[in-house]
Amino acid sequence: MTLRSRLVAFAAVLVLVVAGTILFVLQVRRERERAAAAAPPVAVTDLATVTRQPHLIFRSTAIGDDYGRVAAVPLGDPSGPRAFTGASCDRVYAHRDEAVCLYSKPGLVTTYQAEVLGADWAVRRSLPLAGVPSRTRLSPDGAWAATTTFVSGHAYSTPGAFSTETLVTPLGAGGGKSLNLETDFKLYVGGRRNTARNRNLWGVTFTGDGDHFYATAASGDKTWLVRGSLKTRELTALRADAECPSLSPDGTRVAFKTRNGQAEGQWTIAVHDLASGAVTLLAEKHSVDDQIEWLDDEQVLYGLPRSGSGPSASDVWVVPADGTGSPRLFVADAWSPAVVR
Amino acid sequence: MYITIRDRPAENRAAGPKARVATTVVLLGVVSLLTDVSSEMVTAVLPLYMTAELGLSLLAYGVVDGLYQGVSALVRIFGGYLNDRTNRPKWVAVFGYGISALSRIALIPAHGFAAITGVVTADRLGKGFRTAPRDALIADASDPAVLGRAFGVHRTLDTIGAALGPLAAFGLLLLVPSGYTSVFVASFGFGLLGVAVLVLFVPDRRTAGGGLPARRLFAELLSPRLRRPLLAAGLLGLLTVSDGFLYLSLQHSGGFAASWFPLLYVGTNLVYLSLAIPLGRLSDRVGRARVFVGGHLALLLTYLVAGGSGGGLIATLVALALLGAYYAATDGVLPALISKRVPAAARGSGIAAAQTVVVLARFAVSLAFAALWEGIGPQSALYLAAGLLVVGIGAAAWLLKGIDA
Repeated sequence: MTLRSRLVAFAAVLVLVVAGTILFVLQVRRERERAAAAAPPVAVTDLATVTRQPHLIFRSTAIGDDYGRVAAVPLGDPSGPRAFTGASCDRVYAHRDEAVCLYSKPGLVTTYQAEVLGADWAVRRSLPLAGVPSRTRLSPDGAWAATTTFVSGHAYSTPGAFSTETLVTPLGAGGGKSLNLETDFKLYVGGRRNTARNRNLWGVTFTGDGDHFYATAASGDKTWLVRGSLKTRELTALRADAECPSLSPDGTRVAFKTRNGQAEGQWTIAVHDLASGAVTLLAEKHSVDDQIEWLDDEQVLYGLPRSGSGPSASDVWVVPADGTGSPRLFVADAWSPAVVR
Repeated sequence: MYITIRDRPAENRAAGPKARVATTVVLLGVVSLLTDVSSEMVTAVLPLYMTAELGLSLLAYGVVDGLYQGVSALVRIFGGYLNDRTNRPKWVAVFGYGISALSRIALIPAHGFAAITGVVTADRLGKGFRTAPRDALIADASDPAVLGRAFGVHRTLDTIGAALGPLAAFGLLLLVPSGYTSVFVASFGFGLLGVAVLVLFVPDRRTAGGGLPARRLFAELLSPRLRRPLLAAGLLGLLTVSDGFLYLSLQHSGGFAASWFPLLYVGTNLVYLSLAIPLGRLSDRVGRARVFVGGHLALLLTYLVAGGSGGGLIATLVALALLGAYYAATDGVLPALISKRVPAAARGSGIAAAQTVVVLARFAVSLAFAALWEGIGPQSALYLAAGLLVVGIGAAAWLLKGIDA
């Protein structure tokens, strides 16, 4: 081939690639508009009416303009009309009149934000946030907020690059500095102090006593359910192979996800009885990668990505906490559930 | 920036240090630039895509990140062997660049954890295949007297691509919110353009010799000419702490580095791309072995700064600059050093052998260093590594003595 014909061939490839990409992007935008227009309209109701009764706060993933917005449904009618708030979050947790919201702000350099929202869903306070949002919880008395983010290294690095950052921040009037679970707390496993530098901590759930909490500790390829104290700044391992704990409303059991001998990236959900140490595997057969939320003392809620229908589609499911029964759809097009009574 | 596009046949051995960098080298640089835009676009959005869009956890991402590092090292030597066996470096490289480009389009239907690990593995396999034949092509097309500069030009273009990729990806996400599919399609487009430049413009040089049989190739790799540089590269590789740990050490000491963690690698890349050509030229003048060993002195200083600092702004910037200088003085200089020591027929394997030795040594040491890091803490671990590196640099300097002559 002569240089001339090669240049012509390259110009053709260039035009095809550029035109193809532009057409694809335009097509995606157009299809989104069409899908938004064609999507069965989400039945919407009044927020004040919903939040007066026991309700579920979640991130709505229904296609349309309200995608990613925080919404509420009554616990009595979870598949009924949803009420939208003004907040948009990747991860949300709420109590009556208080919520914590983690989100990413896309930009040339994508940044991440964490905010405490008040009763009117307006920003009351900003929290530090270093990476991709993952988990968040409020303590029952509203005095503490916990956030877990994913801080990643880059390219040339090898092990040790994967890292989470979990902060607990006092929300009281006095405020105060955030505590970092990794650096401000001592970790004990089997009675011995663990000083591993590659330890990671994530997924906090608070007890009602204003001091204790449960979380995940990891070092190397091991994970533990740990119980921590804000006063003594100590974390003690309770059992191995347990991640993203969630304390039941009556404070007697912890639901968590466990590898349980499965492949990397596969988890089963289980419940650990704090008094007896007995563990019950729940009936959900799909791999669950979420921090579980208790609907009441008998049932748990969790998000599942909806396979086959493209990314970003997810639903919230419910399953009995005693290993019996079978999972059932609780709220479609939803993620990051929080029960508010 | 110093890039001159002017064709000067490689056979012109008399050209001396003033010779221009061959067009083939610049073209291969452009191929790498386009491919790096393509791959860094994906790397930049993958954590968000996996966690925010697919609802996968952090740990799942950690596994994928590990795959990114590990896979390519092992196929590299096979790529080098294939290159020397078939004697068609261009087409081996096309195969490698091709798989990586195709893997982007596979990301669109890949929604689960297993599918994504598969795609990432394919991408890395492609990288493993293409590196050695590409470096062999650069060596073949260049005047040996300016080989250091030629590799410098190539690595500069390559790193520019790596810096532009994330900007392109996040720019596109601004246009199409949550439009990860669009990012993958655009990334595929860039990858395709890279392959097109390679196929259409890079000459299909056949390296000398008719494809070495495996046994002779093996003998060549163990020959005294290569034994010393391979030993030196392996020894220094064993004393190279992965920069993930250096970043973590800066971050753990708090302060500036903690809040700017994601930008640390950008700083390293900027220094790398601005120093790759000057240090490549320096290596042509004063000797590649000298610059290669000197680069490890910069690494030694990095350990001391990262170990001794409180994570302040100045210390962080100094550490990043030193780390970038280390990459600039070693990454392109090593293949330049090796190319001269092996006959053209075994060049791909020779370069691949050196790169594999370095990557495997670094991988082994990162496991050992992780244990050290846990045992005695980051500061002592870095100081210990620095002490060992002093000895290693001395030994490497002795092994490489007279090699530039």
